[in-house]
Amino acid sequence: MSTTETPESAPAEQFNTMAQQRHAGLMGMWVFLITELLLFGGVFGAFIVLRVQHENVFAEAAHHLDLVLGTINTVLLLTSGLTMALAEQAVSVRRRGLSLVFLLGTILLGLVFLGIKAYEWHHEYTKQLLPVMDLPFNYPGEHPEVAELFFNFYYAMTGMHAAHMLIGIVILAVMAALVAGWRAPAKLDRQIHIVGLYWAFVDVVWIFVFTVLYLLRG
Amino acid sequence: MITASHAEHASGHYLSHDWTLRGWLLTVDHKRIAWLYAASITGFFFLGGLAALLIRLELITAPGDLLSSETYNKMFSLHGIVMVWFFLIPSIPATLGNFLMPMMVGAKDMAFPKLNLLSWYIYTVGGIFTLAAVIAGGVDTGWTFYTPFSSLFSNSAVIAAATGVFVVGFSSILTGLNFIVTTHTMRAPGLTWKRLPLFVWANYATGLIMVLATPVLTVTLLLLGLERGLGIGIFDPALGGDPLLFQHLFWFYSHPAVYIMILPAMGVVSEIIACFSRNPVFGYKGMVISIAAIALFGFVVWGHHMFVSGQSLYAGILFSFFTFLVAVPSAVKTLNWTATLFRGHIWFSAPMIYALSFLGLFTIGGLTGVFLAALALDVHLHDTYFVTAHFHYIMVGGAVTAYLGGLHFWWPKMTGRMYSELWSKVAALALFIGFNLTFYPQFLLGYSGMPRRYHDYPEAFEFLHILSSLGSGVLAIGYLLPLVYLGWSLWRGPRAPANPWDAYGLEWLADSPPIKHNFTETPKVTGGPYVYD
Repeated sequence: MSTTETPESAPAEQFNTMAQQRHAGLMGMWVFLITELLLFGGVFGAFIVLRVQHENVFAEAAHHLDLVLGTINTVLLLTSGLTMALAEQAVSVRRRGLSLVFLLGTILLGLVFLGIKAYEWHHEYTKQLLPVMDLPFNYPGEHPEVAELFFNFYYAMTGMHAAHMLIGIVILAVMAALVAGWRAPAKLDRQIHIVGLYWAFVDVVWIFVFTVLYLLRG
Repeated sequence: MITASHAEHASGHYLSHDWTLRGWLLTVDHKRIAWLYAASITGFFFLGGLAALLIRLELITAPGDLLSSETYNKMFSLHGIVMVWFFLIPSIPATLGNFLMPMMVGAKDMAFPKLNLLSWYIYTVGGIFTLAAVIAGGVDTGWTFYTPFSSLFSNSAVIAAATGVFVVGFSSILTGLNFIVTTHTMRAPGLTWKRLPLFVWANYATGLIMVLATPVLTVTLLLLGLERGLGIGIFDPALGGDPLLFQHLFWFYSHPAVYIMILPAMGVVSEIIACFSRNPVFGYKGMVISIAAIALFGFVVWGHHMFVSGQSLYAGILFSFFTFLVAVPSAVKTLNWTATLFRGHIWFSAPMIYALSFLGLFTIGGLTGVFLAALALDVHLHDTYFVTAHFHYIMVGGAVTAYLGGLHFWWPKMTGRMYSELWSKVAALALFIGFNLTFYPQFLLGYSGMPRRYHDYPEAFEFLHILSSLGSGVLAIGYLLPLVYLGWSLWRGPRAPANPWDAYGLEWLADSPPIKHNFTETPKVTGGPYVYD
């Protein structure tokens, strides 16, 4: 996690060995991801409680989401998980060009995902299904006030996920710049594994977001 | 036993190393960050104390004459928000923990020194922001921000204050993350898990709670902010939401948070009692298991805050059962401390007086917690002064007393100076007497039916309220005195040797004050802690 420019053979000053530094870095990211898991866990917990209370309305409201676009996005994101894993491997075997290609591919897939997501949100906005800040909410089914709750969760969950994607893309861009510079490959190797963990997490969270919002449609 | 080379050279300890503003504000040295935290939390502590003093002044007389009821609500909200979020949560971990965790595991620093500094900045910026919101805007929800009052009805600066608390949560997460990774990866050769001092175990467990519980609070406050700001209805029954859900999510963090406050205190007390009774801590393994058990059980008792909020009876019974269960490891610890004292050569130094105060006050606080865990009794005592007295016995009698004890115990190590023995004993006694005088009457008030958060009350309660207010004056002296003689010692105190108490532990092998990277050579550990005989 340290970003100071130390010579490749020497660990950062608080560590005694490179192995110790590598271990600490990876573990730090794992612990951070556990906090992320609980962050999302809070919203998922709240969602599940309210879904059990209003089962039918929530299932009905899910029909108003765009399953096709959601599925395409799922495919895109899973593919980006593959390109990220390949980028990690490419750095491990010290192939600079290949690493860069896979990293940029991951970034591109992430950006397309966000583009589609933004289109979806816009589409829901035009259908008057965006119930925030006194915007008109025009839900065609029964119990619009409960459906409103479903849409609130939909925006909160996809919004939180998109924010994490955005942060991930910025980190990937920094990583790509570092790989392009190709100084201290051993350090790059350590860093890209840590970044890869974060990206994998963002992938996994989406699987759950997709399942509970799009697929549980009764 | 432990072997390490003493750093005999006098060249540059961590305080003299780079004494510039930049050297302090951009430091990544865990020992300096501990001081940054200490300065911040001391400021917050006296501010929160001032609010408490105003509350006690108002309550001297039965009619509400000094403060308007609105101002009174804002005062106890200020007191609660500042003391819980900005003093108690970071108190021991961020100061003593920051200073000692790397030293006690024989490391040069935390695993992530820059994150450590970042956590202080997040804390300070978030804290000042919240303070501005609470003082300029006024917040009248109490420290718990309960919906629907906080989301629909309160006209005060709720969003701003909740945002500040939200931000400060990240500093707590970063501290916890650093503790966990440091304990796992930075231990000196030979320092196995079974040889770790209990202070390290306690802070490690605290780190786990910080990391596991804080994100849930973060997201809860986020949802609260969205609800108030954008009008989404997750907690609003008019929109199909559930106000009780807020309480569930809130206490899922905020009950374990109580253990964030008390576990490090238990760690401090273990170190002090062993040293000043010259006995190894009785039942080391039981102590470690108890720490783990408290951290674990802490996550399954949140519903005991909601016995009368309309959760299901079966949930109530389960939460009541688990709450009784927390008393078991707490009792194991209390009995083990007592057994450590048994046939010890007890030295009533100031840290020891604090530690013994802790023992007595924590016992009363813990036992009254068992009263409150009982479903039927809680219906009577809920939202009365009995609850207020109970948690102040844990939070102030427990956590604050242990913090002061730890500060005195490690002061020579942190500053290289000794403080006045006489004045420190006077302060420790003033705290014990003042505290009991303030809060013991509150048990009686609560039991007779005096509700929390009222700024006027029937005249029958006046005598006990006067006692309590008198006590708060004595307590204030107990807090202000250390500021004076500890401050004095920085300039005039005699130089402290490396190990003034003849204590065991890696931190005592380092110089007082330590050099920048703590040890000249990484220590090698060949035995367990507490080899007192």
